[in-house]
Amino acid sequence: MPAESVSTRPSRSGGSLGLTLVLSEITVLFRRLRTWAMIGALALIPILIAVVVRVSSDTSGSGRGPAFLNSITQNGLFVSLTALTVAIPLFLPLTIGVVAGDTIAGEANLGTLRYLLVAPAGRIRLLLVKYAGAALFCFVATLTVVVTGAIIGALLFPVGPVTLLSGDTVGIGGYFVRLLLLALYVTVSLLGLSAIGLFISTLTTIPVGAMAATAALAAVAQILGALPQLEWLHPWLFTNYWLGFADLLREPIVWTSFADNALLQLGYIAVFGALAYGRFSTRDVLS
Amino acid sequence: MSTTDFAIRTRGLTKVFGRQAAVGGIDLAVPRGTVFGFLGPNGSGKTTTIRMLLGLATATSGEIDLLDGEMPRDARAVLPRVGALVEGPAIYPFLSGRANLRRFDAADRHTSPSTRTARVDAALERVGLGHAANKRAHAYSLGMKQRLGIANALLAPRDLLILDEPTNGLDPQGTREVRHLIRSLSDDGTTIFVSSHLLAEVEQMCSMIAVMSAGRLVAQGTLDELRDEGTARVRITTPDPLEARRVLLGLGLAPEVHGRDDVVTAQLSVPGLLPETVNTALVRAEVRVRGFEASGASLEDRFVALTGEGFDVAG
Repeated sequence: MPAESVSTRPSRSGGSLGLTLVLSEITVLFRRLRTWAMIGALALIPILIAVVVRVSSDTSGSGRGPAFLNSITQNGLFVSLTALTVAIPLFLPLTIGVVAGDTIAGEANLGTLRYLLVAPAGRIRLLLVKYAGAALFCFVATLTVVVTGAIIGALLFPVGPVTLLSGDTVGIGGYFVRLLLLALYVTVSLLGLSAIGLFISTLTTIPVGAMAATAALAAVAQILGALPQLEWLHPWLFTNYWLGFADLLREPIVWTSFADNALLQLGYIAVFGALAYGRFSTRDVLS
Repeated sequence: MSTTDFAIRTRGLTKVFGRQAAVGGIDLAVPRGTVFGFLGPNGSGKTTTIRMLLGLATATSGEIDLLDGEMPRDARAVLPRVGALVEGPAIYPFLSGRANLRRFDAADRHTSPSTRTARVDAALERVGLGHAANKRAHAYSLGMKQRLGIANALLAPRDLLILDEPTNGLDPQGTREVRHLIRSLSDDGTTIFVSSHLLAEVEQMCSMIAVMSAGRLVAQGTLDELRDEGTARVRITTPDPLEARRVLLGLGLAPEVHGRDDVVTAQLSVPGLLPETVNTALVRAEVRVRGFEASGASLEDRFVALTGEGFDVAG
């Protein structure tokens, strides 16, 4: 260890919004093998669906199976839609649970949390940065399903103008705009769950526990949402609008469900964001 | 000294977990520019104290002045000037050593991204990790991780370094390097607060120490002050133990006769009384002395006297 001193003094400019920490968070998230394994698994969903439909010659179209499944053979662009419908109830919440549940608990478990706080990252700032990372993952995960679906659909099936739910037909360009809107819709849908995961993550130093709890809550909410006896509760469940993206597939687009969904998710972000702040701002970091 | 002369100052700092006081009302005073040893057995409350100093844990009661601010209120202003190694290094195992340091540096919003690469490389060089900078940190040995933890504390010029057991896991050469590093940083004017359970280590590096035992601060001062508080002993082997006892009593001491071995021992409890004076007095009184042994109070005796003996971890 040579004894010369570090000569470069850091600038004490201050006032920066700390975008470097956001960048650092994204870098760390996407340098993890685990993140790419989850994205790979998500990409497998449309591939699996498309290949199975292509290989099986059964075109009877009995009407069973996920929505849009029977349209795939006529138009490959429907692979994205089918894959999203399959991924939304289980697989997407599972991956979001892993990322959101890991946010604080993962750093606490590694012990790196204490060095981030001593740096000092600032507790509120760290929560915001962590949430931003989780939100970005929601978008990347959704986009992975949509884009992979579009590619594999185009490779295996005929592609052409798409008939929307309202009976109108849009060209391929218009369809891709709809798909992007769809990805946005699903991303927004997952933001409430991400906030819940962030909060749970501040409660523990065991990331697996926070991940499992978050994913389990998504399952519970969907079960409650399936019980007609609890209809009064349904508008308050963060899963209520998860599959309500059909309005984006009409001409003209009906924005009601998008707006309702966004409002509901904002409510969840506010409540669980506040809870996460309340817990994390006073918590002793002892790991 | 006014408060600004201290890098760390606590008043009645207390941390209670459940019903147990991990830290029970300590008054630390670390003058600026010193290498200050924070000594105590495992479980005596050193790390809990450090966590409170750095704002990681909230004090149950008491006040903390850190540099020119008060913790945790002024954490944002003060902590960028403090480098810390707390309870061992922590790493992202899937990142390289360099990427680990870039991550921690980015967490401080005051650091400049334009100098980041230079500062990270300088810190890595300084702890001897330059050659392993691009290796994934999970492949690092315990000693390399420890070095990375120290490098993290050195990412920016600091006014205060808080190093919790900095030589943990290091080989003898690494330990010596850390000692040199601490000395050179101290020469640059950095105040260094080193915690350790190893007396020898603290004795070699520090000019001042504080001793913790079971959550309390049992001593604080310069090394010499602590040594002086301990008293030396004499141990006399003689065929005339009763005669010897009489002489020692005459000198104002409280001798003990261990008859069977013909041994008389006494604490040199009279100020200014030197062992050689005792010996002269014995000779004058024609006490036949077979053996005369004077033992100064070692810092180790003092440490053991303050913190208790044995392997029991303070619960």
